[in-house]
Amino acid sequence: MEVTATWYLVLSAVLFSMGFVGLLVRRNPLIMFMCIELMLNAVNISFVAFSNALDDIAGRTAVFFVLVVAAAEVVVGLSLVVALMRRRPALSVDDLTSLRG
Amino acid sequence: MLDIAWLIPAFPLLGFVLLVLFGRRLGEPFAGWLATFSAAGAFVSTVLVFFGLAELENAERFHLVKLFTWLDVGSFTVDAGLLVDPLSITMCLFITGVGTLIHLYSVGYMHGDPNFSKFFIYLNLFILSMLLLVLGDNLLLTFLGWEGVGACSYLLISFWFTDEANATAGKKAFVTNRIGDFGYMLAMFLVFVELGSINYDDITTRAGEFGTRSATLIVVLFLLAAAGKSAQLPLFVWLPDAMAGPTPVSALIHAATMVTSGVFLLTRLNPILAEAEVWSTGLIAWVGALTALFAATVAVAQNDIKRVLAYSTVSQLGYLFLAVGVGGYVPAIFHMVTHAFFKALLFLGSGSVIHGLHDEQDMRRMGGLSKLMPITAMTFIVGWLAIAGVPPFSGFWSKDEILLYAWNYDGLGGAAGGKVLWVIGLVTALLTAFYMTRQVILTFFGRTRFFDVRAEEIAAAWDARLEAIDGSILAATEAEEKALAAVEKAREDVAKKEDAVAKAAEKLIAAREAVDASGPATEGYDKLVKALERAEGAVPKAEDGVLKAEEKVMALAQEVEDAAAHHKTLQAARVDLRNSRRSTEMPASHVTARTEAPVLDDELVDHLPDSYRHRQEYHPHESPWTMTLPLLVLALLAAVGGGLNLPFTSDLHFLEHWLEPSLFGHEVHVTASASTKWVLAVIAVLGGLTAIVASFRVYMAAAVDPARIEPEGAARAWYLDETYAGFFGGPGRALFDGMAAFDRGVIDGAVRGVARGTVALAQGMRALQPGFVRSYALGIGLGSVLVMVWFMGRLFV
Repeated sequence: MEVTATWYLVLSAVLFSMGFVGLLVRRNPLIMFMCIELMLNAVNISFVAFSNALDDIAGRTAVFFVLVVAAAEVVVGLSLVVALMRRRPALSVDDLTSLRG
Repeated sequence: MLDIAWLIPAFPLLGFVLLVLFGRRLGEPFAGWLATFSAAGAFVSTVLVFFGLAELENAERFHLVKLFTWLDVGSFTVDAGLLVDPLSITMCLFITGVGTLIHLYSVGYMHGDPNFSKFFIYLNLFILSMLLLVLGDNLLLTFLGWEGVGACSYLLISFWFTDEANATAGKKAFVTNRIGDFGYMLAMFLVFVELGSINYDDITTRAGEFGTRSATLIVVLFLLAAAGKSAQLPLFVWLPDAMAGPTPVSALIHAATMVTSGVFLLTRLNPILAEAEVWSTGLIAWVGALTALFAATVAVAQNDIKRVLAYSTVSQLGYLFLAVGVGGYVPAIFHMVTHAFFKALLFLGSGSVIHGLHDEQDMRRMGGLSKLMPITAMTFIVGWLAIAGVPPFSGFWSKDEILLYAWNYDGLGGAAGGKVLWVIGLVTALLTAFYMTRQVILTFFGRTRFFDVRAEEIAAAWDARLEAIDGSILAATEAEEKALAAVEKAREDVAKKEDAVAKAAEKLIAAREAVDASGPATEGYDKLVKALERAEGAVPKAEDGVLKAEEKVMALAQEVEDAAAHHKTLQAARVDLRNSRRSTEMPASHVTARTEAPVLDDELVDHLPDSYRHRQEYHPHESPWTMTLPLLVLALLAAVGGGLNLPFTSDLHFLEHWLEPSLFGHEVHVTASASTKWVLAVIAVLGGLTAIVASFRVYMAAAVDPARIEPEGAARAWYLDETYAGFFGGPGRALFDGMAAFDRGVIDGAVRGVARGTVALAQGMRALQPGFVRSYALGIGLGSVLVMVWFMGRLFV
């Protein structure tokens, strides 16, 4: 059985959906953060799959950009999460409503 | 030589800056000298430029001096540049020349004023603005000067602003001028829309590109502007009130220079006037003619020396408009120059009179000043002859030229229209001769009425007499009451004394009984006898006292009677006094009798207020040399100014040849024959002389009561001011109130409605921002899905 691009795309869709549902249902900011990373990497998989199938380098290039952005995001995001957790250890994102309109 | 033209405005600018920085420290009189020298510097540079221009050929006499680019917006470029041509240099010559003389005069006139240096700051700023107005090479720079002179006019009219009336006069001038400025701006915008440029260079060379209709509209709008600045119907009302300012200001700004800028503007734009329809230039002529006549009738009945000259100025400016309207630009400029000479002279002369008479401005209180102020009188008479059109003084030549052009006019209303304008001009000339003669007689000839008692002083004297008698009546009443009280007291005294008599009698009886009861043998009998004797002595004494008291009562009663009689006499005297006041108090016209001094009864003289006595000690005097020197120079110019453009041969038309390059052949050429010209001139001269003689009959020989030829309506400018006030205060006020309500309700309402709507919308939007991160994530997710569905839909449909 040949592993076609479809397999990868299905995998990507499954991972993305898991990440998205996780983002919506979990309240721990760290977990939510990991879900976002999951979604980003699911997209990366689809990029690579398409790049391979279409024989186009652009898809792989995009992955590098996503990785760089994700790394930057991790730096900012994690430091925020750490700062928040240090102040209130049992934190739920639903408590963070100071930006409510 | 022409490139030093920038020096002309630079001098007053320098003077202005220096005075702003150091004026107060320089103080009197050095601030005045500095200002005078900066004006003189501008004059010298103008003369140099004039000679530079005179050397050139006619065709080259149009020189632009670019200083810098002022505005540069897209295709709209305005340079700060000077246009040196015969017209602007002619204006500059008399602005700086007359301006310098008036600066010099002001040094004397403003002597002792606490704001001496401030006055000269304004004067120099005015000269600067006026020079920019005439030298500017585009409409915008002229507009800058236009507004500058307006601001200076405002500042100087209300120079003595602590007096409410002066401040109001300044505001009136400013606000009235705004109406004209509105016309200026609209016209300027229209010129730009039509031509794409507002430079005079383009306007004069490309005037043909204006359509007839837009050229007409531009002319009418500029006429509105000129009517505001040059005080023509219906916007002239500010100029008579502008006389509230110091007299040198009236001479410089409100007679010689600023008020002629409307005429200058119309002359400068002669190529547009040539493109416009005939009725629009005819309108200029008619506005001028009617203003001239209107103001001349009003001037006949004015008693304030400066107001006569103010209305005279309005009237003469009307002549200038008439000249421009009939296409006589040269006579307009000619009369503008001669008018600057003689009207500045007349104003400065009146200032000298006012200065010499301690700020007295009412001509009814002048008279006979020719002996007291010989130089002022002599120069004033020259000015009078010039404005009255007596040959060979300057006014005759220029006014005659205007009348000739009016006669020659063949535009609006055809040749007959020209004749009507000529008649109006002639009647105005006669009225001018009449009221100016009246002014000269009232001011300088006849009896010196300055020392005369004044109506209000007589009233004050009567008041003082009545007050005195009221005082003595009060004293008499008090004395009467006092006497009555004394009588009462004396009567009580009598009663007391009578009581004492009764008591003494009782004592006597008691003593007698005591003596009778006891015998002589009894102990103490001697004592009792002695007491009886004492009692017997006391009775007549007490009776004596009663008599004396009664005498006193009689005497006091007499006193009361006397006091009452005195009181009654005083009351009667008061009634008499009131009656005699009613019957003998002189009406104002008797007080200011022109030929005989009013006779006063001696009683009244003693009660006249101090102002009367102070005036008797005051000596009207000739002004200092700083004031008389400008008078003499201007008198010379007013006498010989006609030499600029003598009509006899073409060679003598100096001004006409000189101005030719600025007029682009738009000057109308008079077709009347030489004999017609002579007849017209003779009619004008004879008419003027008749008016002068008539004026002498009325005001010198007192053959006619002046009240009969000075109608109340004329004295109040035919109620025009009242009409304006009534209109703008009544329906105008209602209209503006309505507009204010519209502004509050609709305009402000719309603004406030938008604000309220925004707030309401934001309140609704708050629900979308719950602060839960996960709901945002859900929103993003759903949004992405929707976008995706949309893309898919587009892909497959």
